[in-house]
Amino acid sequence: MNNNLKKINIYAIYLGAIILILPLIAFFINAFSFRWFYPQVIPKELSLQAWVRLKLIPKPGQRTFEGFIELWASNPAVIKALLNSLSIGFLVTIVSIIIALPAARVLGLLNFRFKKLIIFIMVSPTILPPIAFVLGLNINFISWGFSGNYFGVCLVHLVPIMPYVVLTMTGIFANYNPDFEHQARTLGANKTRTFLLITLPAIAPGMVVAALFAFLVSWSQYLLTFLIGAGKVMTLPLLVFSTASSGNPALTAAISIIFIFPAILILFFTSKFVSGESGATSGFGKI
Amino acid sequence: MSKLNIKNLIKSFPSMDRPAVNNVNLDIESGELVAFLGPSGCGKTTILKMITGLFQPDSGDIILDEQSLLKIPTEKRGVVMVFQNYLLFPYMNVNENVGFALKMKGVDKNIIDQKVKEMLELVKLPDIGLRKPKQLSGGQQQRVALARALISNPRILLLDEPLSNLDAHLRDEMRDLIVTIQQKLKVTTIFVTHDQEEAVLLADKIALIFDGELQNFTSPKNYYEKPKNIKAAKFFGGVNFINAKKHNDNLSTNIGTIHYKGENYTDLNEDNIITIRPENIKLSKNNDFNNNSFKGLIKSVIFSGTHTRYKIIVNDLELECSLQSVGLQDIKTDDTIYVHLPSDKIWAMNE
Repeated sequence: MNNNLKKINIYAIYLGAIILILPLIAFFINAFSFRWFYPQVIPKELSLQAWVRLKLIPKPGQRTFEGFIELWASNPAVIKALLNSLSIGFLVTIVSIIIALPAARVLGLLNFRFKKLIIFIMVSPTILPPIAFVLGLNINFISWGFSGNYFGVCLVHLVPIMPYVVLTMTGIFANYNPDFEHQARTLGANKTRTFLLITLPAIAPGMVVAALFAFLVSWSQYLLTFLIGAGKVMTLPLLVFSTASSGNPALTAAISIIFIFPAILILFFTSKFVSGESGATSGFGKI
Repeated sequence: MSKLNIKNLIKSFPSMDRPAVNNVNLDIESGELVAFLGPSGCGKTTILKMITGLFQPDSGDIILDEQSLLKIPTEKRGVVMVFQNYLLFPYMNVNENVGFALKMKGVDKNIIDQKVKEMLELVKLPDIGLRKPKQLSGGQQQRVALARALISNPRILLLDEPLSNLDAHLRDEMRDLIVTIQQKLKVTTIFVTHDQEEAVLLADKIALIFDGELQNFTSPKNYYEKPKNIKAAKFFGGVNFINAKKHNDNLSTNIGTIHYKGENYTDLNEDNIITIRPENIKLSKNNDFNNNSFKGLIKSVIFSGTHTRYKIIVNDLELECSLQSVGLQDIKTDDTIYVHLPSDKIWAMNE
């Protein structure tokens, strides 16, 4: 690649990064400001009022260690939603990977009739508008008793998550040589140890990426949670939307920060697995 | 030190219209070095995988030291296979790779370290224990794979195309190493190859397999001198085949009666086929042979260094003869020649 092109590429990356980061900075200032309106370039007054109203920081005068504990122990809506989002996210991530593992192995290693068709049907939830299938699902979920509870929400989150997880893991298995397992078996490793010592290290990078996708898709799910949870299962996206429609920018900014912070944290720790050189994503072309 | 009996082994795959392995019977003695020889896709690797337990046979039995292996899981069979592409575990260094089998047995770590060192010395690769497989050359990887396979004293060692991924000069070296180690450890060894020369150089006995069927199982020498059928003879470079009929303790052909001394005369069918290796045919311009001598015409002469090859037409029959170039009579194309087929060198077979 010639040098100028390289430079342009680097600038493009910088530009992209700025476009992504600038709103975050604005968010951050907003969350700690008091009445920051249009012509002002910087807010006149900094304040923690948004955080107080979210019941994450105690009122002035009660900001001691005990004060924090007491406030958080009162189970404010934000913390409840945060815990819900986190636990649903982790649960569906683990379940989706357990389900996807055998499917991805077959799709990645074997060739059979209708394989393309099966892959197409499998990824169809990503093309279909969620409202289209969730309304139909809702009727069934109500009759099965899954509607309006935690379990139902977890179940419906699996619908948009599975395609990402299965596809990512299929990519890994397309690059995977099962003879390594056979080799370990002839050397005296039983099935469990073969999986732990041979298979798992080989597919771990792909599993991390798949888990990342799964968690983030679940984390940002609004419509499905809203409809199947019937307002009884409160997650962070639901709280963000209802707060945003209340029209207090500082409050919205504060809760948005809580919303995006875990996502950024997870991306930060897993980014090395997502890069182009990683084994996790290099198998995609082979599916 | 283990002997292996394969009985009526059959294995089919849905994607193939003939059985991949069709009724194979083999008795391999303790400490033997046996080659499974045949073109690719003939089922030889399938047999190996059934011995390791990675495939289950449709029917038949595999018996190791009087005990059927079929119900025993792969990891408890004591059968170790070295795959064609070595398959060193990429996340482990050489020491960890070589010590893998002992670690699986739960051997004490100090003893493992000691044994790993011994094995690496045996394959002449000391001092590379801390490297990762990626940092090794193909030949080194092959040796490490061999060390890894041998560390737990396997009852049977299986090698899948052990030399096919190596350069020519490494191949000779590796072949010597395999023979040396095999003789030292006396481990019953089976290796798979499609290279007839490799099988002859390495093996005590060769099992020749075509299309899933065992053709013959005997010493390399017998394949040259006493092949069982045309296919086997052709695979080992046989080119001369003469249709014959039994007649008065001899064989009659359309070039004349051929005297035959082979010990299998009584086993021969009425119609049979005579073969003789090109290097065993003798030529002379004057008819100075007692019997089995036929008049023919030289069709072509091809000089190929140490040997010269002649094609001779005798009564519509084309024979090929290969003579040492040194001290050769002056024979040219279109010369009339007497062809002598020494009666102790010809061999007759049924198919």
